[in-house]
Amino acid sequence: MAKGVWIVAEQRDGVLRKISFELASTARKLADQLGEEVGAVLLGCGLANAAGDLARYGVDKIYLGDNAVFEPYTTDAYAAAVAKLVREKDPSILLLGASTQGKDLSSRLAGRLATGLATDCTEVRIADGKMVALRPIYAGKCYAEVVSTATPQMASLRPNVFPAVEKAGAGEVIAFDAALDPAQLKTKVVEVQKDSSGKVDLTEATIIVAGGRGMGGSEGYAILEELAGILGATVGASRAAVDSGWRAQPDQVGQTGKVVSPNLYIACGISGAIQHLAGMSSSKVIVAINKDSEAPIFAKADYGVVEDLFKVVPELAKECKILLG
Amino acid sequence: MNIIACVKQVPDTEAQIRVKADGSGIDETGIKWVMNAYDEYGVEEALRLKEKCGGEVTIVSLGPARAMESIRTALAMGADKGIHITDPALEGADPYVTASALAAAIKAVPYDIILCGQRAIDDDAGQVGSILAELLDIPQITIITKLEVEGACVRAIRPIEGAQLLIETSLPCLITAQKGLNEPRYASLPGIMKAKKKPVDVKDAAALGVALDKKLQVLRLVPPPARSAGKIIAGDEPAAKAAALAKLLREEAKVI
Repeated sequence: MAKGVWIVAEQRDGVLRKISFELASTARKLADQLGEEVGAVLLGCGLANAAGDLARYGVDKIYLGDNAVFEPYTTDAYAAAVAKLVREKDPSILLLGASTQGKDLSSRLAGRLATGLATDCTEVRIADGKMVALRPIYAGKCYAEVVSTATPQMASLRPNVFPAVEKAGAGEVIAFDAALDPAQLKTKVVEVQKDSSGKVDLTEATIIVAGGRGMGGSEGYAILEELAGILGATVGASRAAVDSGWRAQPDQVGQTGKVVSPNLYIACGISGAIQHLAGMSSSKVIVAINKDSEAPIFAKADYGVVEDLFKVVPELAKECKILLG
Repeated sequence: MNIIACVKQVPDTEAQIRVKADGSGIDETGIKWVMNAYDEYGVEEALRLKEKCGGEVTIVSLGPARAMESIRTALAMGADKGIHITDPALEGADPYVTASALAAAIKAVPYDIILCGQRAIDDDAGQVGSILAELLDIPQITIITKLEVEGACVRAIRPIEGAQLLIETSLPCLITAQKGLNEPRYASLPGIMKAKKKPVDVKDAAALGVALDKKLQVLRLVPPPARSAGKIIAGDEPAAKAAALAKLLREEAKVI
């Protein structure tokens, strides 16, 4: 009978990414309810310290694949290794992050393991011994409660929604040899072009300052960049701004852009169309600054300022600079 | 080159989504149906490949009778033929069953490359492309913003957090399209007229031999989680409002 709540941890350059701790803590919570163990598959190269970090967040067994073949991530190498382990050990639940890597790997695994995968979940819980996942559909206009009819029951978790809670797990490290057949590895990463700006990706940002149609043009974003610099935030944009050519496509937040879940989202000159909300409704705190008091965004904002953003934002930057020293 | 582009017909993004009282699904009355936006990028890229390398573009779609409209739209853009998989038994199919049906139809025809949208904007699942590639045992490059095919060599750009990857594989393979891959063309009037005569094979589940048991079951649909009501910051001057906001963010919300 399938037993064990597993995660596929995510790391880059030997350092665990934050989602890994969110996954581990969630797995620990589910495992405690089921009376089962938490397992983690950790793949990469040069992972000496990473395994210990997972134990702090509740992982009992770390299946470690430390090999050059796992750096960088490729669908084929990771899917082969995880599927092999899952078939051997038969966990009942398998969680991944809904990051770009997680989305690619979880969906391929769902196919290989012929099982149900709930993608981009905002909640998971145990009911009658099964995992019930809650996930947004129709751009978050409604949510679906779903279950897998097969094992492992799979879910990918939306980043920065689930808490990372320290709770010691047994932390036993089990090194394994994936023994991959090179003929199975059909894709190759030829080049990694790092984003030169050095700014944090929107999907990982703790604070986002976003501008929409109200910015009036690309020059308007200078004041947002200033505020973002003071707050340590990343600057985002609505579809209107991107389609007008004021900001680049990777900056777009929304249904056809990025889904973000920062602690703070400051929406400037953004009306709050449903397609934009689809991208930022998981934000913990939403601030709206817009001179139109009827803008739909105010219905979703925790704090609203009905005012000309070009007057408020520079003042807000000044105030934050003083507050943050 | 034999090029396949998969399309799904979905509600227009402006559509009001009303959940049925029993939570079993959405009320479809009055919904405007369109080709999934991400699939449009797949169809456009397929057409560009055909223009560059020669060959044929086949559109494959799983959906009820109305989905034929989206197939005709793709044919009007310039695709050559279609396969419409339609069967009441496949209504409400989950990603695994959908991918199984597409795989069964695609296995029966020659193909070099398959283009899908990175996800459908109704269920937002983003799985069908990958599961399809797995069932066909071909490599995948998902969520790409640039594609280059030279002979059997395929290169694509895949944006990830903080970087862009240049990934290489070979035909046959599957890619899923991200916004920014291209600008889809509009169907011309002559294109629309020609599309009516282009051949579309209609297949049902039995003809394809698809197993119908779902791997993912929807228990019910619920409204989005409610946020507690917010407050509008009062103040005489922008500076006063800004100061009040900064203080609240620091002391009350504790986010800065």
